[in-house]
Amino acid sequence: MVEFKSNAASVEFRNVTKVYGRSAAPAVNNISLFIEAGKLVTLLGPSGCGKTTNLRMIAGLELATSGQILIGGNDVTRLPATERDVSMVFQSYALFPHMTVRENVQYGLKFSGFDKKDVTEKAQAGLELVGLSSFGDRLPSQLSGGQQQRVAVARALVLEPQVLLFDEPLSNLDAKLRRHVREEIREIQQKLGLTVVYVTHDQEEALAVSDRIIVMNNAEIAQDGTPRDLYEAPANAFVADFIGEANIFDCHIEAIAGDVAVVRVGPVSLRLPARGRAAGPAKLAARAGRIELAAEGAAGTFPGRLEKVTYVGSHLEYRVLTEFGEIFVVSNDVDSALQAGQDVGVKFAERGPVLISG
Amino acid sequence: MLHPTVVLWTAVGLIGYALLPWYGIDGNLFTFGWLFGGYPFDDDSAPAVILNLGGEKLWLAPLGALLLLPLALAGRGKSEPVFGYLLIAVGLVGGAWFLLQGFGIGLRGFQWQWLNALFGELGDRQFGMGWGALLTGVAFLFLFSLGLAARGAVGGDEFVVGAIVFVVAVVGIFIFMPIFQMLLSAIVTQDGDYSLSVFFTKFFSERLWGLDCVTGGPRCGVAWNSLFLAILVGVITTVLGLVFALVVTRSGFRFGATLRALTVLPIITPPFVIGLAIILLFGMSGIFTQGLAELFGLQPTRWVYGLPGLLIAQTLAFTPIAFLVMIGVVEGVSPSMEEAAQTLRASRWQTFVTVSLPLMRPGLANAFLLGFIESMADFGNPLVLGGNFDVLSTEIFFAIVGAQYDQAQAAILAIVLLFFTLGAFYAQRFWLGAKSYTTVSGKGDAGVHPHLPAGLRNTVFAVAASWTLFTLVVYATIFYGSFVRLWGVDFSLTFHHYATAFSVGWTEFGIHWRGSAWNSFWTTMQIALISAPLTAAIGLLTAWLLVRQNFAGKNAFEFGTMLSFAIPGTIIGVSYVIAFNVPPIELTGTGIILVLSFIFRNMPVGVRAGIASMSQIDRSLDESSLTLGANSWQTFRKVILPLLRPAILAALVYSFVRAMTAISAIIFLVSARYDMSTSYIVGRVENNEYGIAIAYSTVLIGVMLAVIGLMQLAVGRRNIGRRTGDDPQAAGWRSNVSLPGQTQPVTIGGG
Ligand SMILES: Nc1ncnc2c1ncn2[C@@H]1O[C@H](COP(=O)(O)OP(=O)(O)O)[C@@H](O)[C@H]1O
Ligand SMILES: [Mg+2]
Repeated sequence: MVEFKSNAASVEFRNVTKVYGRSAAPAVNNISLFIEAGKLVTLLGPSGCGKTTNLRMIAGLELATSGQILIGGNDVTRLPATERDVSMVFQSYALFPHMTVRENVQYGLKFSGFDKKDVTEKAQAGLELVGLSSFGDRLPSQLSGGQQQRVAVARALVLEPQVLLFDEPLSNLDAKLRRHVREEIREIQQKLGLTVVYVTHDQEEALAVSDRIIVMNNAEIAQDGTPRDLYEAPANAFVADFIGEANIFDCHIEAIAGDVAVVRVGPVSLRLPARGRAAGPAKLAARAGRIELAAEGAAGTFPGRLEKVTYVGSHLEYRVLTEFGEIFVVSNDVDSALQAGQDVGVKFAERGPVLISG
Repeated sequence: MLHPTVVLWTAVGLIGYALLPWYGIDGNLFTFGWLFGGYPFDDDSAPAVILNLGGEKLWLAPLGALLLLPLALAGRGKSEPVFGYLLIAVGLVGGAWFLLQGFGIGLRGFQWQWLNALFGELGDRQFGMGWGALLTGVAFLFLFSLGLAARGAVGGDEFVVGAIVFVVAVVGIFIFMPIFQMLLSAIVTQDGDYSLSVFFTKFFSERLWGLDCVTGGPRCGVAWNSLFLAILVGVITTVLGLVFALVVTRSGFRFGATLRALTVLPIITPPFVIGLAIILLFGMSGIFTQGLAELFGLQPTRWVYGLPGLLIAQTLAFTPIAFLVMIGVVEGVSPSMEEAAQTLRASRWQTFVTVSLPLMRPGLANAFLLGFIESMADFGNPLVLGGNFDVLSTEIFFAIVGAQYDQAQAAILAIVLLFFTLGAFYAQRFWLGAKSYTTVSGKGDAGVHPHLPAGLRNTVFAVAASWTLFTLVVYATIFYGSFVRLWGVDFSLTFHHYATAFSVGWTEFGIHWRGSAWNSFWTTMQIALISAPLTAAIGLLTAWLLVRQNFAGKNAFEFGTMLSFAIPGTIIGVSYVIAFNVPPIELTGTGIILVLSFIFRNMPVGVRAGIASMSQIDRSLDESSLTLGANSWQTFRKVILPLLRPAILAALVYSFVRAMTAISAIIFLVSARYDMSTSYIVGRVENNEYGIAIAYSTVLIGVMLAVIGLMQLAVGRRNIGRRTGDDPQAAGWRSNVSLPGQTQPVTIGGG
């Protein structure tokens, strides 16, 4: 059987900006990033933030307005899609409806200078890789959504591209299939050591598949890091809120001692990693699961009133009204006797809160 | 208490039977002149009941008796079986008897030999039906539908059942029956006998199918001529349509909107006008011909009369239609398909050949078939510049109006023409229907269409530019020609033609429409104004039934209505002449026959406009209205109609405009009293009075431009310009035939 080689290469953006037509606001604004070869990196962000534009610039379907794009260290900024060694799995899959599954998979191979035998063998191997070897003679319209998606993956994979791009690959699948398909994509990526750039607006999906996540907001990069970095140490309020819900508190940094900041949040004083902040007013983010409820007036707490208690099976959800506004708390102690309307003390967990910018 | 709707229709029937003149009267019913002409005892204007009481026309008596039967239902509920069954029986028996007596007893007594054999000679006769008969017939129709509804048809909805029965009846009477009678008359000999052998000799005659020209003879059969011309026109218009569509969507061309405006041309141009312009350019006294003669001493020839001229004229006339189809198709190819091909290492050219073109294939075939059918059905151009190149549509005309007056010959030619167009209709419906690529579902990628490869782009630009230029020259020629004293002889400018046609004078009685064209102009306006709302109404009603209602036999209903759309105007014209010249429906020479022919020729416009916009209105709106207690008529009136206002306006305006440009059907139906603009113009052309013909055409084009422009303002261009791009019929372009398409709007690809 044919083995697929990995031609994985890195992708680099240097101050890339994209402005569509005559519109004033750039769709991508002065972005620099580096994606190592053989890694799966996700572009994550709300819809309209410029993820697809980024992906299309890597593919060569859009040309950057300014800046430089490098693939495998070579400048490809001005190369059209045809001449870049990049394949893309489209959101709509874009399978050619007038060709069979096999013809679809062979399509790119035919333009890549392989001889007939290679084309046939590689296409067959590609179909086997995605478990569709017996479906080669069907038309795309005769396949289910999940199968169509795998054909699209096979079609892109068999070209052994330097970079493989996915634009919201799960958005046309039903919820049950999504988890399964994203695991398959990750598995193939790791097995073949591919460089994959993956676009999604679903933070859970991003956390689950990525080696690294680049969070985008308003045409710019909001944060770039591993899934754990982003979740546990969001750099700013946007990331804290976009990736898993977080409660944001106004606070005051009273002193900085080396890496440690002394922070006052209402009546409570905390010692936290400084993360490069200076003394003065600041913001603090804490995940719902990293806030605890205690008896009213207990040490190290600030006061709040329980607005609402919701039992959701695996845990309890609380809405608490405090001087910082309403906060959201999750507790695994489902047997707790706390009642809505009750006054409570609110406390930060040991490794919970982080200082964020603006 | 008797059910109110039953009361209504019974009363209508009884009024028809007992009050109004049963037979057709001279003059208008609504001027009430007939009231003072001896009514009710004069035989000409008597109602049926008076005739019967006087012992005349006794075969009408059962109709009156049947109409009294529903009164027996007083006090019965709608859900009682007897209610429904009685009405069904009354409707069926009454309707059948009504038709039987109408067709069975005519101007010469019994129409059918077996009736004579059965009852002996009748010794009486009857003329065409009038208002009384009309009301009575309608009453039976709706009593029947009430009965069906009472028995639970279509969920027992009276309005829906009534609408279905009504549409079926009118389509049957005004489309299928005339065609059937025309087919029948094909086997009638000149002496009035039926003969299959005569039919076959005529059908397979050299005149139709001869292949002389292949072996060097002077001419080929008419059928081959038509077929050959139609195939050429189909191919050329498709290619040109594709070229224009590519220019607008794939070349970065900035004036695409201007080019799109070209698609309005076939709507506002009477079909033969292009032919006229071709004569002015390339005819014996055309400017090109004379210019060449002067410059190079070339002897002017009549080369343009015949295949070359027809080809040029029809290509000019129908390219915008192909353009309209192709624009929808080219835009419909999902950009991500082409982008995917590019990321798979296909070059622009390879992408175009392996992905874009194959995806456009169904559209190409569609455009070809449209061009083919348009050419087959075209009547105006062959009439003015066919020369010795005879085609079916004009042959039909000459068989009817010529010295020979051979109905059977006309019918046979019509059968051949119908065979070709219906063949194409079938091809479109079954072959293409299965082939449209509408697979990909779900959310799409935005994406942009890639530009064409440079070489192809330049070619496409060159072709489109030359063709646009040519079109402009043609229209400029028409406009300029209307001011030229005598084309080819005296090129001095004059208002003479406008003055002859449209001069207005003042007399002591007010305005005097002195110009020779005013008569036909006002008739045209009047007929078009009357038929437009009727066309829109029946079209939208049919659309509503097709889109919104489910009923047994819906497929057959849909097929029947759609099929009727593929019938060329010439055939409608011939069959109306044949069918409505004699009782029971005697309409030739009246304005009514013109109105009817417009309604049923242009009904597709209303149907398609309705289908297109109704499919966009969420069905849940109807359903919520129904659950809120409104019945289906109230829902149709209060919910659907208001939402359809743009579609209604479009259908109104387009049927109006089409009524003004039509020629193929009405040329058979006009009379001295009811002459239409187009037939008047054609008459001037035949007399070689080109000046007036062109001036008149220019005025028509101007009027229609104004009408369309006003509508664009009223509706907003979105509704009629772009949105209907993939559905030329919805935009209502002028056409001799209309093809059906998918009833559901198709979205190709995800995008
Ligand atoms: N072809 C285009 N022309 C003009 N504007 C565009 C085009 N494609 C995207 N945009 C705009 O660029 C911005 C980013 O779009 P996109 O990259 O598709 O966002 P995302 O994929 O993150 O949802 C949006 O504001 C969008 O409206
Ligand atoms: Mg996107």
